Amino acid sequence: MALHRLVDGPLDLQEALRAVAGPDRGAVATFSGTARDHHAGRPVLRLEYQAYAAMAEETFRTIGAEVAERFATPHLAILHRTGTVPIGEASVIIAVAAPHRREALAACAYAIDRLKETAPIWKKEVYADGAVWIEGPRARPAG
Amino acid sequence: MKITVMLFARYREAAGRPALEVEAPEGATLQGIWEQVRTAVPALADERRPLFACDRAYARPERVVTGGEEIAAFPPVSGG
Repeated sequence: MALHRLVDGPLDLQEALRAVAGPDRGAVATFSGTARDHHAGRPVLRLEYQAYAAMAEETFRTIGAEVAERFATPHLAILHRTGTVPIGEASVIIAVAAPHRREALAACAYAIDRLKETAPIWKKEVYADGAVWIEGPRARPAG
Repeated sequence: MKITVMLFARYREAAGRPALEVEAPEGATLQGIWEQVRTAVPALADERRPLFACDRAYARPERVVTGGEEIAAFPPVSGG
């Protein structure tokens, strides 16, 4: 089963695991991206995420289709938080289940890489004395 | 034709609003529409090459808009 969702609140790793697990799958790989308390030596107080929600969810579906084609498993969960993310809490969770570990691990790495390249979501770092919108590489995603 | 351009992240903050409506001629491209946004919003004047989405998919700047599409312009993404 696939689960793709933007969540305005804490993410639940168990929900992602439940969505992908099954008796014919011997491996579940997960990735959690968590809010870090520093960037380039500067203390970060919290993160704030904004998403173009409708397109982000389309992007998650596309990543799911790519994972299904490349790694032969439809069992992918993507949860991404929006709004304020306190330090230490997860901003994104990916879970992939597959019959064997190699596909599960490779698919999990692929999915988070593609999410970071293509999902229309932006992160703002909030410091004691201001805030900055982080912007990824200028490479134009295919389309 | 009237075209609504959705803005995100730094662009939204610079414009002080989530979307902007501009009047575009028939045959206008995304880049052409963006030039009108830059003219209307001085805070975006330096943003020459945004990313564009048309109907929730990435689109090239030379894409011709026919009206009725969902148009968005935004800086490079940084989710995850």
